Amino acid sequence: MHEIRLHSRGGQGGVTAAKLIALASFRDGKYATAAPFYGAERRGAPVVSFIRIDENPIRIYSQIHNPTHVIVLDITIMDVADVLVGLAPGGIVVLNSPKPIALDGYKTYSVDLTGIALRTGLVVAGSPILNTPVIGALAKIGLFSVDSAKAAISEMFVDIKNQEAALAAYEEMVV
Amino acid sequence: MLTISTGNNAVAAAVRRVKPAVVAAYPITPQTEIVEQIANYVADGSLDTRYIPVESEHSAMAACIGASITGSRTFTATSSHGLLYMNEMVNWAAGARLPIVMANVNRALGPGWNVWAEHTDSLQARDTGWLQIYVSTVQEAYDAVVMAFRIAEDRRVYLPVMVNLDGFTLSHITQQLYVSDIDGFIPPMELDHRISPDDPHGYGCMTGPQDYFRIRYDIERSMRESYAVIQETEKAFADRFSRSYGFTDEYRCEDADVLVITLGTLGKEAEVAVDMLRDEGIAAGSMRIRWFRPFPPLDTRDRELVVIDRDYSFGCGGILADAIRAQTKRDCFSVIAGIGGQEVTYRDIAGFVRDRRIGEEYWFGVDA
Repeated sequence: MHEIRLHSRGGQGGVTAAKLIALASFRDGKYATAAPFYGAERRGAPVVSFIRIDENPIRIYSQIHNPTHVIVLDITIMDVADVLVGLAPGGIVVLNSPKPIALDGYKTYSVDLTGIALRTGLVVAGSPILNTPVIGALAKIGLFSVDSAKAAISEMFVDIKNQEAALAAYEEMVV
Repeated sequence: MLTISTGNNAVAAAVRRVKPAVVAAYPITPQTEIVEQIANYVADGSLDTRYIPVESEHSAMAACIGASITGSRTFTATSSHGLLYMNEMVNWAAGARLPIVMANVNRALGPGWNVWAEHTDSLQARDTGWLQIYVSTVQEAYDAVVMAFRIAEDRRVYLPVMVNLDGFTLSHITQQLYVSDIDGFIPPMELDHRISPDDPHGYGCMTGPQDYFRIRYDIERSMRESYAVIQETEKAFADRFSRSYGFTDEYRCEDADVLVITLGTLGKEAEVAVDMLRDEGIAAGSMRIRWFRPFPPLDTRDRELVVIDRDYSFGCGGILADAIRAQTKRDCFSVIAGIGGQEVTYRDIAGFVRDRRIGEEYWFGVDA
């Protein structure tokens, strides 16, 4: 089972990203559960979402304490929280960063999701929206197929900019 | 159609298929998404219902009562303080024998102010005359709402049904959902005691002691009849949609020495705990109670019982444990866990079973 912990800030699209990951995995023929952890929701506050992906129906509803993957949509959260807590050595980390960041002992991938969102015009109320770009990045590391990523995005969004941003992230992320 | 959905949206999707004539509701966290989504369906024309955005939960249930007594199919949804606020009308709906269906998104009661999962809200409505079911997956939430209308509107029942789902833990999580055509599954609603200007009747009149007890006894007779109606409905549902349910959801119980008994999503988490315990050589099983009213007959035999309550009755104990003791005439290890959204993992549940002390009560996270 893949157990993914996704860190973002309120307003960046982290909750929707979790749903997209679940939907893309589901279109791959797997079972998936996306569970945002709700605290006192407000724009800009750190938010955590949990996604489980498996070949069998998922019966676990509690939070993920030992993720296989950590995704960080806003790396400033790393100044205030240990986003790597519980991640086993060799675990996968995907960071939204314009510059490559190396984290000792983990498979770390960096991609400039914010730059891609701004470039493609994915901005809502002044905030770059990162939920569809990150889907492209996650398809690149093989979390789900490219076709399922496209299908998930087109099921949830009509604006073609979402597909463009996901494609850009897929192409730009170095693996 | 196979898609993904939150628990809340699954309830709304079921309501859209069932096509109630009237929906009267007031939003409250974590139920809000249900009434927002139903309002969207009405606005975009995909659900032809009279949507009444009332000013309180008391009015929501009063409006449902007014609509239902004319023979109209009605639905509402609430949670926690909203359910408590409508409590007078909740009792009235059952007393007036109205087949209203309500989704309650289980949430703790303040103070302290808390929006997370707990069952004390709906279990306070235990004695109202409503049927109560507790669900554990997005699909089950959808299926239970569909079946609830057919059960409530059966003339052998004519009682309201409350479909309970855990706040956030189920209401806000995303899972796969199969949505299908349900045409013909629920017969048109026929309420024998409906009122109409052409056939006037009086309701809620002063009723003396010589008649009142008959009315109350009739409620209990219908509750007892409802066992058969639930079974028939779940059978018909399984035959048509290939998803079968029962009064309980049992996992590896057949050869178990110890049963974990739960309500709601904790029951699925308990199944993972059971697998862990089996690997350790402990013959555990999970028995998730689905229908709390009417309370089901339980096949617990001589097995040890670990009951997890996400609720409490102060001065007495866990409400589910109390019901289990009354039904089985046997004691249990009563665990109070998950209150106010407290996280309970399968590892925690496995620990409750390993360290069980039959006859004792244990508050998870509080007691040593």
